[in-house]
Amino acid sequence: MTPRRKRLAVVGGILLGVAAATTVAMQAFEDNLLYFYDPSQIQAGMAPADKKFRIGGLVTPGTIQRTPGSLEVRFVVTDNAHSMPVSYSGLLPDLFREGQGVIAHGRLQNGVFYADEVLAKHDENYMPPEVAKSIKHPVNTTTAGTTGYAPENPAVGGPSTGAPPPSPQPHAAGSLAEQFSTADSIRKPGGPT
Amino acid sequence: MATWTWFHKLASPPHFYRIAGTLTPWLAIPAALLIVGGVYGGLVRAPADYQQGDAFRIVYVHAPSAWLSLMCYTYMAIAAAVGLIWRIKLAHAVAAATAPIGASFAFVCLATGSLWGKPMWGTWWEWDARLTSQLILLFLYLGYMALRNAFDDLQRADRASAVLAIVGVVNVPIIHFSVYWWNSLHQGRTVLKEGGPGMPPEMLIPLLMCFFGFTLMYGALLCVRVRGEVLIRERNAAWLKQLGAPRAA
Repeated sequence: MTPRRKRLAVVGGILLGVAAATTVAMQAFEDNLLYFYDPSQIQAGMAPADKKFRIGGLVTPGTIQRTPGSLEVRFVVTDNAHSMPVSYSGLLPDLFREGQGVIAHGRLQNGVFYADEVLAKHDENYMPPEVAKSIKHPVNTTTAGTTGYAPENPAVGGPSTGAPPPSPQPHAAGSLAEQFSTADSIRKPGGPT
Repeated sequence: MATWTWFHKLASPPHFYRIAGTLTPWLAIPAALLIVGGVYGGLVRAPADYQQGDAFRIVYVHAPSAWLSLMCYTYMAIAAAVGLIWRIKLAHAVAAATAPIGASFAFVCLATGSLWGKPMWGTWWEWDARLTSQLILLFLYLGYMALRNAFDDLQRADRASAVLAIVGVVNVPIIHFSVYWWNSLHQGRTVLKEGGPGMPPEMLIPLLMCFFGFTLMYGALLCVRVRGEVLIRERNAAWLKQLGAPRAA
C-alpha cells in the first residue's frame, strides 16, 4: 500500500464510520425526530399520552367554530384517514384557513387536542391567485369525492368522514393533501416498533 | 500518469493564481447580470402567490442561498479530502477559501427563512429537522473556521480542519432529505419536485436565474479568495516576488 492509498483508505474509513454511526443514531432517535404526529399515528397509539406533542394535518373544511367575543377556536384536523378535534385559544397565523395544513402543539385529553400553539404548514406549490382560482373550481365540483380532499369546499367532510387516502391528484389541486401524504409514505408499514 | 498532468498543473500555485485572475471577471459579470435579472423578475415582474402574497418573494434569495450553502460545504469537503489524500496545498487553500462564503450563504438562508416563517408559519424558529440540521451546518462552518484559526502552523491547520470538513459532510444529505424522512414544518422541494416544478414559469424563470447567478457569484468569490490564500501561503516564494517586483519598483 502506498502512503497515498493508505490516506485514501483512512479518509474513506472515517466517512463510512461517521455515516454508519449517524444512520444508527438517527434510527434510534427516530420517534424523537418526528416533528409532529398525524391523526392516524395518534390513533395507533404512537403519540405520548403523558406529555405535550404536536399534531399535524389539514383543517377539515366547515369545522372551524369560533366563540364570539373571545380568541377561542375549535376545528378538526384530518389526514384523510383519521380526524381529531382541536381546541385553541390565541392568535392564528395568516395562512390558517379551511383546508390548510396546520401543526398544533399541546396535549390530548378525552379525545380532544388542547393546543397552546398553532402553526401553519406551507406546501411546496406556488401560483398566482388567478391560476389558483381556476384550478380550484373544477376540482371542487367534479373530483371532490375521489380526491378525498378538496381545498375550501364545505361540501366535503365532516369531522370523521373516513375519506379514502388521496389517490393520484391533478397537479397543484391536491397540493395540500400531498404535503401530508409525503409523511404517510415514509411511515414504516409495520407501525410503532 | 500522463492524464494527471493537467491536474498537477492546476494545482501549482502560480498557475492557479493566474487562471483564477483571468477567470474572475468571466464569472462575476454573468453572475451580476443573472442576479439583477432574477431579482427584477422575481420582485417586480412575477405575480404574487395565491396564499402567501408578496411574502413568497423571499424565495428568490432564500432558496439559492440554501442551495449554495449545501454546495459550498460539499465542495469544501471534497477539496479537504483531496488535500489530505494527495497532499495538495492548493486544495486546502480552496477549502479554506470556501468556508466563509458557505457560512454567509447558510446565515442568509436561516435569516431569510426566519423572516418568512414569522408571518407564514406563525413562528420565527422551530426545532424542526430541516431547520435544526441547517443550523448545524452553519455551526460546522463556524467550527471549521475557528479550528483553522486555532493553529499557528498552516499545515497542521489544514489537516485538522480537513478532518472536520469530511466528518461534517454527513450532514449535507440529512439537510436535503430531512423534509422527506421526518414529518417536518418545512415544505418539500419546489423546483426539483417529482412531476415538474410546483411553480409557473413566470415565477420559476427568475428563480432559476438567481440559482445560476448565485452559483457563478460563488465561483467569482472563490477565485478572489483563493488568490488571497495563495498570496498568504506563498508569500516567500520566488515566483511571487518576481510578480510583485515591477509594481514595487
